[in-house]
Amino acid sequence: MIWNPNKECMSRDEMSALQGKRLHKIVKYVYHNVPFYRHKLQEMDLTPDDIRTIDDIVKLPFTTKQDLRDNYPFGLQAAPPSEIIRIHASSGTTGNPTIVGYTRKDIGVWSECMARCLTSFGVTRDDIFSVAYGYGLFTGGLGAHNGVEMVGASVVPASTGNTEKHARLIRDLGITGIACTPSYALYLAETMEKMGITKNQIKLRVGAFGAEPWTEKMRDEIQQRLGLKGFNIYGLSEIMGPSVSYECEHQNGSHINEDHFYPEIINPVTLEPLPKGQPGELVFTTLTKEGMPLLRYRTRDLCSLMTGECGCGRTNVRMTAITGRSDDMLIIRGINVFPSQVESVVLSMKEFAPRYMLVVDRVNNLDTLEVQVELRQEYFTATFDTPAAIDELKKRLSDKLRSVLSISAKVSLKAPNAIERSQGKSTRVIDLRNQK
Amino acid sequence: MTVKQLSIFLENRSGTMTKVLDILKETGVRIIASSIADTAEYGLFRVICTDPQKAYDELAEAGVAVALSDVFAIQLDNRPGQVADTIRRISDAEISITYMYSFLFHGKGLLVFRTDNTEEAREVIRRASLKSIAEKDLIDWE
Repeated sequence: MIWNPNKECMSRDEMSALQGKRLHKIVKYVYHNVPFYRHKLQEMDLTPDDIRTIDDIVKLPFTTKQDLRDNYPFGLQAAPPSEIIRIHASSGTTGNPTIVGYTRKDIGVWSECMARCLTSFGVTRDDIFSVAYGYGLFTGGLGAHNGVEMVGASVVPASTGNTEKHARLIRDLGITGIACTPSYALYLAETMEKMGITKNQIKLRVGAFGAEPWTEKMRDEIQQRLGLKGFNIYGLSEIMGPSVSYECEHQNGSHINEDHFYPEIINPVTLEPLPKGQPGELVFTTLTKEGMPLLRYRTRDLCSLMTGECGCGRTNVRMTAITGRSDDMLIIRGINVFPSQVESVVLSMKEFAPRYMLVVDRVNNLDTLEVQVELRQEYFTATFDTPAAIDELKKRLSDKLRSVLSISAKVSLKAPNAIERSQGKSTRVIDLRNQK
Repeated sequence: MTVKQLSIFLENRSGTMTKVLDILKETGVRIIASSIADTAEYGLFRVICTDPQKAYDELAEAGVAVALSDVFAIQLDNRPGQVADTIRRISDAEISITYMYSFLFHGKGLLVFRTDNTEEAREVIRRASLKSIAEKDLIDWE
């Protein structure tokens, strides 16, 4: 099902023309309303009239998370305060939090984009849909909430926490859809199993999972344990929140709402735009946003873009799964290591729980990588009643890690549930090198 | 001929064993014998107890990495050379002992071991008429 075929199935020429027109308009808008951008453009000898087509976008300056922090709280806001009807803030664990103000029109666009996502996942007005992203400053909860209301399904604002109550509601209300982080979905499955709620007692059929990177293996596990079909949804609060891109039934990349968010892929080191299809850092320009429009915002997410019509009939460009973060990237002994690579290996072995922790340290001037994994009780069989057998299992994991990462890692086995679960974005790396 | 043994994975940090022992205590099973295979990074706690299935269920339920395996339990007479004679029978059949420990049971030595070929070892023990202890003997030992 397609929520807005006019936009989601536009011809490429029409889309480019629309994007060009909108880009010109947004550049003019920020030039006149955001001193930060006016100065940047003036420094580069650019005026809004230099930006006429979408291809002119490469002339524009980039925006980074640091720019958002430096202009805290409202420096990048383009709309007057009286037009702002909602303000979200990112968790500011380092430095200032990121503040994003939305106008009424922005909230409308957001809901529309979210409705496109949910419709693509098969959600209709007949569904009972629970939103288990955190409600509050984080964009996940309210963002998904508005979309569910726009589609017309019954929204259950479960939020995170109180997972047992949520599990009970899923069973008792016959909830059919859920939006949450993939790690929370697994936590929920675990909670249900502990409570004795079986797959047959629940009616979940659709899951909208996002806000953290996940893998196909994790998708299989969630689908198997909760008995639903899991779809990827992508977004970031600086650009909008969840709804920037979404999978369709073909699950071959996530369709980008590119009439509102124009994507580019750049080399994170040289900042050169890369040709379509090549992997690099994802960059977005908001084409219609009024509250806090951003030009060429560097997401730090690594992926590639896929063009060509999809089997679902949509023509908008797709992005592959995020393979890592350009700032998550660990450089260990000179080798680039992404936590997602470790995740794919851990998930490929059924003996381990789908959780891990990376501990990076420096011993005698040499970087060390430790991968902590949890044994899974179900697969801890009589075969493993000798250290030799357990060491063999460890070796299988470390061999796989070495072949994927190109560096060796020490594997540490932990008892089931020994690695702390997160209910939001998972923290999977402890880098002790910075603390010495 | 064989008895059930719990093999419990323990991380090498303080408190992991207490957690397991507390669960066993709650369950009400009694530990008859135990041994630990220690490595630099973890330990394998092997336990023979009065109700292994119940203990296994409770431990697994509590999220402890635990396995149930079949191990041989041979009763020995209290005189020199008994262990040597028993093990020779096994090794003569070219069966390897994976691990072994012993304890006193009803005042007599009991040798517990696992081999790399359970079926053949079973046959060897039967042919040699070695005196073995069955699961039932342990549970009924009150």
